[in-house]
Amino acid sequence: MSNQDSEIPVVLTGQHYTTGNHAAAEGSIAAGCRFFGGYPITPSSEIAEHMALRLPKINGNFLQFEDEIASIAGVLGASWGGVKSMTATSGPGYSLMVENIGLGLMTETPCVIINVQRGGPSTGLPTLIGQQDIMQARWGSHGDYEIIALSPSNVQECFDLALEAFNFSEQYRLPVTLLMDEVIGHMSEKLIVPPKEELTIISRKKPTDPPDKHLPYKADDSLVPPMATAGEGYRVMVTGLTHDERGYPDLSPEAQDKAVRRINDKIRLNKDKIIKLEEYMLDDAKTALVSFGTSARAAKGAVNRARKKGIKVGLLRLITLWPFPDEKIDQLADQVDKIIIPEINYGQVTREVERAVHGKTEVKGDFRLGGAIHTPQEILKEIERN
Amino acid sequence: MSEEEFQLIEADAHPLDGYLREGRIPHIFCPACSLGSVTNILIEAIKEAEFDRKKISVVSGIGCTGRIAGYLNFDSFHTTHGRAIPFAIGLSVTDPERKVIVISGDGDLFAIGGNHFIHAARRNADITVICVNNFNYGMTGGQAGPTTYVGQYQTTAPYGAVEEPFNLPDLAASCGAVYVARWSALDVRRMKDSFTEALLKKGFTFVEVLGSCPTTFGRRNQLAEGKKILEYFKEKSEIQHGADTKTVRIDKDSQIIVGKFVDIKDKKTLTDHLMAIQRMSKATGKKG
Repeated sequence: MSNQDSEIPVVLTGQHYTTGNHAAAEGSIAAGCRFFGGYPITPSSEIAEHMALRLPKINGNFLQFEDEIASIAGVLGASWGGVKSMTATSGPGYSLMVENIGLGLMTETPCVIINVQRGGPSTGLPTLIGQQDIMQARWGSHGDYEIIALSPSNVQECFDLALEAFNFSEQYRLPVTLLMDEVIGHMSEKLIVPPKEELTIISRKKPTDPPDKHLPYKADDSLVPPMATAGEGYRVMVTGLTHDERGYPDLSPEAQDKAVRRINDKIRLNKDKIIKLEEYMLDDAKTALVSFGTSARAAKGAVNRARKKGIKVGLLRLITLWPFPDEKIDQLADQVDKIIIPEINYGQVTREVERAVHGKTEVKGDFRLGGAIHTPQEILKEIERN
Repeated sequence: MSEEEFQLIEADAHPLDGYLREGRIPHIFCPACSLGSVTNILIEAIKEAEFDRKKISVVSGIGCTGRIAGYLNFDSFHTTHGRAIPFAIGLSVTDPERKVIVISGDGDLFAIGGNHFIHAARRNADITVICVNNFNYGMTGGQAGPTTYVGQYQTTAPYGAVEEPFNLPDLAASCGAVYVARWSALDVRRMKDSFTEALLKKGFTFVEVLGSCPTTFGRRNQLAEGKKILEYFKEKSEIQHGADTKTVRIDKDSQIIVGKFVDIKDKKTLTDHLMAIQRMSKATGKKG
């Protein structure tokens, strides 16, 4: 479409005071997103509203679809149209999207889904916080797959990780979930947007061989095939059926083994590059908190308070939730006597930590069921209990 | 054709060479299924419309008709059940020059995907939707669907279907489609002309093709051979161009009205609206 808008900035370099939802929208735009398809849902709607305002100015398109199923289908279509694309929703909407997230995983379609979590199950707590979609993000669609999910703890990270989510989706060719929560989405904080040239932007690898020689699902050692998209003359063949390197359906056990192994292994083999963690005062810790998102803010406050009392406690903040940092948790289990997991659900990350410590240390969840956040004092009490 | 008229055609090339993915043949369609000829006619229409082949994308959902996209040597997308239309909209709006064709079945487009159809028509999305209506779910073994007529026997309607069927041209027209036509699988030339017209027209264009499905529809409804179904279409069909779509519902043993029912000129399309929004957004001083 027209290109007469050079004066309208794409990257809003500078200092802002804004919400997590708006920061995530701007991070997506900075990453190169030019298509948003979505459906209104609290507490994520401000992302759609911001994209409706911003995208047309920079030659992008915003489409409000008839439901979340259509939204994610449109996002996948736009990605195959050669445009970085995204949607934003909350738990109920994510539930409607999971079948097509599976299509995106099977067809290796880069895109980003933001889930601003609220309390569930079902309609639950539309306006209040939850962190209950951790397992849904991991296992929501059917079949075997690996996914990437990132969890911001402040407004700056909403921008940074939205951009990172696009980078991962383009680099590894899969739908990536940014797992925000209602408090992070709606809180206002300082956001610093760097100059455009300081941002690292990754875009999908393109094929270099001619169309008649091209095998769209043949990968090199990276296990991620280059991606030809519609209109480039490659006559892409895209199907959710198990397919061979040509993209043609092949319903044999051998083809299934090869295809499914690769879409899993491309993430498993690269998980060290994908897993991002913040370690806070862990060096001499005898008790570790493991937390993420909004809960990690209160957890950090609890560590500060505990340290003032001379208690050796630290925080491992999970910025990447999936793939799960099994090795890091396993090492932590060798060091500390106890791991406490403050989370706003009934034990989803706690269950993963229990799995990863191999029984080497005590694991205790500190749960809120949704609608309220922990205070640092409450977590401190949990640390001091025994 | 008598024996003396029969002669082997020798040729170095098939007229459809290059338009089908050779590696995907043989296809999965049953003997006497009309999907082979519909595929052929669609290719002929695409050729006639003289599009840049790079600019064509074909999108299908799931089901027998849903397999057509994958046989065509264009950018082709075999998506999830019912979701071909919104996928196609995503493809369409990312390049206004792209021609996006959705071809799928009645169950895919009007049962599980019905919501997307009505909204795509309402928005006047720039896509051509072809529905091959075979009155049942063929691939899953012959269950009743949204176009199954009252009294039709299917595996999930063993005592005869009782629900009212959709009248597809009327649904499309009432939701805002700018082009609506219906032909039976027998009307190959008229079908091709309609496909070509629909492809060349901007906006949401819709063609219903009444398909012959001897295997899972015909067998249970005294039409067990493909030829019998075509004969039935021939006997019952009546061309009424411009017919009021309210009058074209198909019932058991009823007349089948075919023809071009709707052809609206100069209605703004979704692409037009999106480009207008881009212009407006740049003209206003609205922050952001």
